[in-house]
Amino acid sequence: MLTVTINEQELRVNEDATVLEVARDSGIDIPTMCFLEGISAFGACRLCMVEVAGTSKLLPACATKVAEGMEIHTDTERLRSYRRMILELLFAEGNHVCAVCVTNGACELQDMAIDAGMDHVRYNYQYPERGVDLSHDLLGIDHNRCILCVRCVRTCDELEGAHVWDVAGRGKDSRVILGMDEAWGSVETCTSCQKCAYACPTGAIFFKGSSVSEMQHDPAKIRFLANARQNKEWLR
Amino acid sequence: MSKIRLATVWLGGCSGCHMSFLDLDEWLFELAEFADLVYSPIADVKEYPQDVDVALVEGAVANEDNLELIEQVRERSKLVISFGDCAVTGNVTALRNPLGEPEPILKRIYVETVNSLNAEIPDEAGILPPLLDQVKAVHQVVLVDLYLPGCPPPAGRIKAAIAPLLAGEAPELSGQNIKFG
Repeated sequence: MLTVTINEQELRVNEDATVLEVARDSGIDIPTMCFLEGISAFGACRLCMVEVAGTSKLLPACATKVAEGMEIHTDTERLRSYRRMILELLFAEGNHVCAVCVTNGACELQDMAIDAGMDHVRYNYQYPERGVDLSHDLLGIDHNRCILCVRCVRTCDELEGAHVWDVAGRGKDSRVILGMDEAWGSVETCTSCQKCAYACPTGAIFFKGSSVSEMQHDPAKIRFLANARQNKEWLR
Repeated sequence: MSKIRLATVWLGGCSGCHMSFLDLDEWLFELAEFADLVYSPIADVKEYPQDVDVALVEGAVANEDNLELIEQVRERSKLVISFGDCAVTGNVTALRNPLGEPEPILKRIYVETVNSLNAEIPDEAGILPPLLDQVKAVHQVVLVDLYLPGCPPPAGRIKAAIAPLLAGEAPELSGQNIKFG
């Protein structure tokens, strides 16, 4: 066991735990987007950044292990301002039009913007030209709504073992791809398990036929499946 | 106490935000005791007046008429409120932006998808205000004092933004009151 303090609260914690696990176990919420229980931590979205005494760098709570005597702050003015900035940049980078989105009202990005007090975006919208792939029988992907959290990539690889999804391109041209950058419908390794659609935090991956506000993701199902395999607990 | 001078403005939007404004129902009577509606698409006023206290601006800045009007609105109003998602983000009005310049879009709408031999883009002077290359949110063009998101903002949310103003207080919107969509 180790001793750390989070927001001035002293805690005794397991030595192999992450800052995020320790915080959530003690009822301190740190916002996360790319993190999903059941798959590996990735540190892509930077929303879970925390301040640690002794370093001027901010550290991602999901991918930082606790250490003896660590002094952590999770909710300072600087962090709040950076979190809102990150959310505004995510909205400016893609084409997020909540009013006509399948997951309006059940979207993690939308909810997080509300929590961060984001009433408008201060940055110039980029309006990238991105596509939609509806070639799969059951599922569709709208790249306009993708924030590159790569939950789909990790879920498909780690839980389904299919590794159909991956990331191609660099910088602003980065995008998730299927198979060898093929149309979804022609990717033979896709098992149509739909886990990517459960894991997606925005309206990017959806069940075909969903209309505005009709798509319900189910990220908890990913945690359930991971736990079921590990601990042989197959009843939800 | 003198009444506040209230204006509502309709730029590039569907008028749904104004419909939602009318959904304030009987509260509109209360509002009328504290505010004079000096300019609005639902009032027959041609010229945007001087000395407006509060302007609710629906819609994005999509064409040259919108641009001219919003500059007048800013110049002649104390408090400008971006009213609804099109004003705040560009929203549906800005869906054309990733497609580039407006000409191919006008061609698609007026010519390619019309089942008529003499379909053409209207070009008679004064018929169609020229579209801007890119649709812009209001705050990308002029200074905005308050943001009231929603598509449309529900009546209760509009009230939450206006009611404090009538009492001379600054509204603070948070939680579901700043939800997009």
